Amino acid sequence: MLDKSGIAKRIAKEIKDGYYVNLGIGIPTLVANFVRDDISVEFQSENGVLGMGPFPFEGEEDADIINAGKQTITTLPGASFFDSATSFGMIRGQHVHLTILGAMEVAENGDIANWKIPGKMVKGMGGAMDLVASAENIIVAMMHTNRDGDSKLLKKCTLPLTGVGCVTKIVTNLAVLEVTEQGFKLLERAPGVSVEEIENATEGRLIVEGEVPEMSI
Amino acid sequence: MINKKVADVTNALKGVEDGMTFMLGGFGLCGIPENAIDELVRLGVKDITCISNNAGVDDFGLGLLLQKHQIKKMISSYVGENDEFERQMLSGELEVELTPQGTLAEKCRAAQAGFPAFYTPAGFGTEVAEGKETREFDGKMYVLEPAFKADFAFVKAWKGDQAGNLIFKGTARNFNPCMCGAATVTVAEVEELLPAGSLDPNQIHIPGIFVQRIFQGGKYQKRIEQRTVRQKV
Repeated sequence: MLDKSGIAKRIAKEIKDGYYVNLGIGIPTLVANFVRDDISVEFQSENGVLGMGPFPFEGEEDADIINAGKQTITTLPGASFFDSATSFGMIRGQHVHLTILGAMEVAENGDIANWKIPGKMVKGMGGAMDLVASAENIIVAMMHTNRDGDSKLLKKCTLPLTGVGCVTKIVTNLAVLEVTEQGFKLLERAPGVSVEEIENATEGRLIVEGEVPEMSI
Repeated sequence: MINKKVADVTNALKGVEDGMTFMLGGFGLCGIPENAIDELVRLGVKDITCISNNAGVDDFGLGLLLQKHQIKKMISSYVGENDEFERQMLSGELEVELTPQGTLAEKCRAAQAGFPAFYTPAGFGTEVAEGKETREFDGKMYVLEPAFKADFAFVKAWKGDQAGNLIFKGTARNFNPCMCGAATVTVAEVEELLPAGSLDPNQIHIPGIFVQRIFQGGKYQKRIEQRTVRQKV
C-alpha cells in the first residue's frame, strides 16, 4: 500500500519531457518533488505563474509571489507571470498537457466530484471546474477509500459534480486505474496489494484483464 | 496625456453608493486593493455586491466588509479560510454565487472587451450550468456565461503613471488586469505613482484607457496567508 508521497511518486512517472503541468492542492503538490531531473517540465499555477520553483528560503518570502494554494513560492529561470484570464486561456485552450488533482469521488464513467459536500462544506470550486472541463489528460490523486472505509471509486458520484466524463487515470494508495468506456480498468497494483483487496475497495465496475503487475516506483 | 491622477483614496471613491456592484482584484490576499477596501469600510456603504475571486480572511481584505455586514452578495470561486463568511452564508444573511475561476476571469474580461457573453466548457453537467443555455460545438458541450456588469472596479498595481498606465508585480497581477475597464469606473491604486513618461511604453500591462482614476496607495500590509519556506542546507 502507498502513502501520500508514494502516490505522488507514482504519478510523477506520468510526466513526460516538455510537459506543462498544473498541480492541484494536496497530494498533487507533492508530485513536483519526484519529477526526474533529466527531463524539462514547467509547473503552471492558475493564479498566474508558469515555471514555479521550490519554496523560498526563510527570509526571502515575497507576498506578491504565491501559488494557487496561497503558499509563498519561487520561480525558476524561464518563468513568467500573467493575468487570470490568460491563465485559464492556457487551461481552456489545452496548452497545459497534464492536470493532476484530488477528488472526493470518481465515477466509472469519469465523472468527478471534489468541490462541495451539501450542508457541510461549501468552499467553492476555485479553478477545478475549468481544469476538468478543458484538460485532455486528467489524473486524479486520492486515497482509494474515505475515512469511513467507503469506496471513492463509484458507479455514480453521490456529491455535486465538478465535471462529467473527464478523468482519464486514477492513482490511489492501492492501484493505478484507467477510466474506459466499460469502467475502471486495473493497470497496476500498489506494492503488497492483491487484486481482491482492490476489488473489495472499488464500488464501481472494475475490469481486471490477465495478470495485473505490481507498480514500480 | 489625459491625467487620471486623483489626490487620495477619498477622491478616488467619489460616487460610491449603497447597493452598487464592485469588482475587486486579488487572489487570496495577494494583490488586493487594500486602500480601497479600507475606504469602503470607512464610508460604510451597505447592500453591496462584490465580484472577487475570494472573500479575504476574517480580519483582512473583504473580511473587513463582511464583519460590518456591508456585503449583500458575493460572486467568487473560492471562499474558504473565512469563518465569518461561512457563518453568514449558512445563516442566509449573505447571498453567494460560486463561479468557476476561469469563468469569473473571463466574465470580467468579456465586460472589458465588449462581449455580452461567451461559451465555456467549465461547469457543463454540474449545478453551475443549471438554468443556463448550453450548446454543442464540434461534439463538445459548452455553457453560455454573460459578461459581468459592475459600477466600480477596484484594482491594485505595482507601478502606475498619471496617464493611468499600469504595471503589476508577480502573482499580484491575477484578476486585476481583467477588471480594468470592466466596470463603469475603474479605480487603480498603486505602490508607486510616477509622472507620465516614467514608464517604458513597451512594458505597460494595462493601458491607461481602461483606468478612470489612479492614486498613490499607502500603508500596504501585504499579508501572507501560507508562509512556506525551505531550510538552507
